[in-house]
Amino acid sequence: MSAAAPERPPGEPRLVGYLYLLPALVAFTAFVLVPLGRSVWLSLYEWDGVTPGTWAGLDNYGELVSEEALRAAFLHALVLLFFYALLPVAIGLLLAGLVARARVRGLALFRTVLFLPQVIALVVVAVMWRMIYDPGSGALNEVLRAVGLGSLAQSWLGDFDLALPAVGLVGTWVWFGLAMVLLVAGVQKIPESLYDAARVDGAGMVREFFAVTLPALRGEIAVALTLTTIAALRNFDLIYITTKGGPGDATSVPAFQVYDRAFQTGEVGSAAAIGIALTAIIFSFSFVINRTAERGYAL
Amino acid sequence: MRVHIRGAAVGLMLAALVGCGSPGGDDNGAQQDEQADRSVEKPDVAAAGDVTLTVWDQEVRGGQAAQIKRLNQAFQEQYPNVTIKRVARSFEDLNKTLKLAVSGPKAPDVVQANQGRPVMGTLVKGGLLKPLDPYAEAFGWGDRYSDLLLDLNRFSSDGNTFGDGNLYGLSQMGEIVGVFYNKSKVSEPPATLEAFEASLKEAKDEGDIPIQFGNLDAWPGIHEYETVLGQTASKEQVRDFVFAREGATFDAPEFEQAAEKLQQWADDGYFTPDFNGTGYDPAWQRFAKGQGRYLIAGTWLVADLNKQMGEDVGFMLMPGAEEGADPVALGGESLPFAVTSKSENPDVAAAYIDFLTNSDAATVLAETDNLPAMPVEESAIPKGLPAEVFSEWSRLNESDGLIPYLDYTTPTFYDDISGAIQELLGGKSDPQQFTSGVEEAFRKFADEQR
Repeated sequence: MSAAAPERPPGEPRLVGYLYLLPALVAFTAFVLVPLGRSVWLSLYEWDGVTPGTWAGLDNYGELVSEEALRAAFLHALVLLFFYALLPVAIGLLLAGLVARARVRGLALFRTVLFLPQVIALVVVAVMWRMIYDPGSGALNEVLRAVGLGSLAQSWLGDFDLALPAVGLVGTWVWFGLAMVLLVAGVQKIPESLYDAARVDGAGMVREFFAVTLPALRGEIAVALTLTTIAALRNFDLIYITTKGGPGDATSVPAFQVYDRAFQTGEVGSAAAIGIALTAIIFSFSFVINRTAERGYAL
Repeated sequence: MRVHIRGAAVGLMLAALVGCGSPGGDDNGAQQDEQADRSVEKPDVAAAGDVTLTVWDQEVRGGQAAQIKRLNQAFQEQYPNVTIKRVARSFEDLNKTLKLAVSGPKAPDVVQANQGRPVMGTLVKGGLLKPLDPYAEAFGWGDRYSDLLLDLNRFSSDGNTFGDGNLYGLSQMGEIVGVFYNKSKVSEPPATLEAFEASLKEAKDEGDIPIQFGNLDAWPGIHEYETVLGQTASKEQVRDFVFAREGATFDAPEFEQAAEKLQQWADDGYFTPDFNGTGYDPAWQRFAKGQGRYLIAGTWLVADLNKQMGEDVGFMLMPGAEEGADPVALGGESLPFAVTSKSENPDVAAAYIDFLTNSDAATVLAETDNLPAMPVEESAIPKGLPAEVFSEWSRLNESDGLIPYLDYTTPTFYDDISGAIQELLGGKSDPQQFTSGVEEAFRKFADEQR
């Protein structure tokens, strides 16, 4: 662990290594570290973007806890975590389990079709779902009415309780394709012999899934969870286009608050503080996920 | 090794921090007042030598784009020594990038800076806009506009008082939020608010949608609310509140009455079903297709509705409690053209703004399907729906009956009021909770100001 370890591998002295790192380090510093440092700095000020800012210390961070609108935003992000990360990975696992059991004909086709939402720009997805959710002439309500379930037709994005899950399901639709492709690919690399052995031991479908498929997919699950968790927590475009955080504050999320405060209401310091807090949260979530997967318990 | 890298990263981050002072520029309110008080001659553009004027505007759609192109060209033809370098952006893009552009080293000369505290107020506070009062005197701008239209572009030099003080810009076009009605269903437009409500009930009873309304985008609710508010409160009361004048309050019975009425309409089913989940565009498009009787919307829809509905669409101001009383309606004007403090040619810039808003410009605006904010010659007024809008606009300005958008009130008021109206109409809050909640948000700001 200590950098001043006495024994050195043979060859050139170590310091030269940093020279090789330099180009990448310069770019990394200029485009990641400096902006990050600047954001931290701004988050300590009350600043409208134009006139001189005033020192605020940690007040902006205090507001994250004390201001109800911000607490709600972070809470909504956690709800979205279920729809963006847990649900897609669960669906992906289910499909992977099925594929592991039976060799499906035309698998490549299914994979492509189910992966399609990933390929469409999120802005397009959002505009499309806004149309689908339209209470008067949207596809969803039209279908419900056509099959005689008209009483279930809702004002999906306009209802205070339904709006967040409705946006969340769009996220599920977008992300389950990615989770599925990752996990199905993972399943295909599991040696057939493991399944044979399990079957010889008399394992049924469920047992086989938990004893063979799931442990073997640990790495893929970690990747899928990391990607979807990050997408869930920093989610902005879907919210911005479908509901703009409404109705009321029902779908407001941290990333939307960052945008709103920095560009609309002139609270740059507060926006920076939310951004930094969000970065810290995303970092710790992905850290925990990857650590858990490496060590191999939980799951 | 790991320790080294981490240490280096922290070091670099600290290095990035060193040398950042407090963000933002210097204050120069006193200097601005001095500038506002001096007097100038009408600038002689032809004698100004070769000048390049950089202009940032958001006149990018249909008739707006047509008029600015024509006027820019005419200006350059009249003054061959001036080159206009135009940067056109959409409204939203302009709002987002304007502050950075104007405070940067190569600031444009003329910009469209949205009215109200969030944009114009902040820029004035930062000393980034030039007061135009001396030019207003020299060019006689005071005669072109009704008082409110000039007040909307005024700020005190410290940026704290809105609606009073120095003049920072001029707008080209007027804008009213009024009531469009389907002429094939409403033969005689109602003359009082009571008659209007009776007509809503009649529509409902006949199974039609009384008012087409989509509030998914949150801002249309402000227009519905304020259109009613103009009839329950006096115009001074609304203006005092928006300009945050001494003693202004939202928690007043008149404001509550408007909320009550609107919630009642929502409860009675006078709006599009599921309006909180319906987008603005689908709502007015349904009205254009002949569904629904009324549409409370702004004059920005005139061209589209005229094209799609032809003779079937009419425009009126929301009638008041008494027949024949002076009209009061929500409205305002397009984004004002302002001159930046960093402009090297403020005289030419001011002359350009004068050129965009003089009587010839009014004719060009009318010919390109826009509603000029200033008086326009009779012969230039188009026929059909636009004619109705033009006459309502001049009727409104003759009695100075415009009330400004509520979202100008504080930097965060757009969020505060639009969210609160969604909750009011969704039945999540009652009118009393609505007004006191909004008042609370307003107080936070007002107390900081004092």
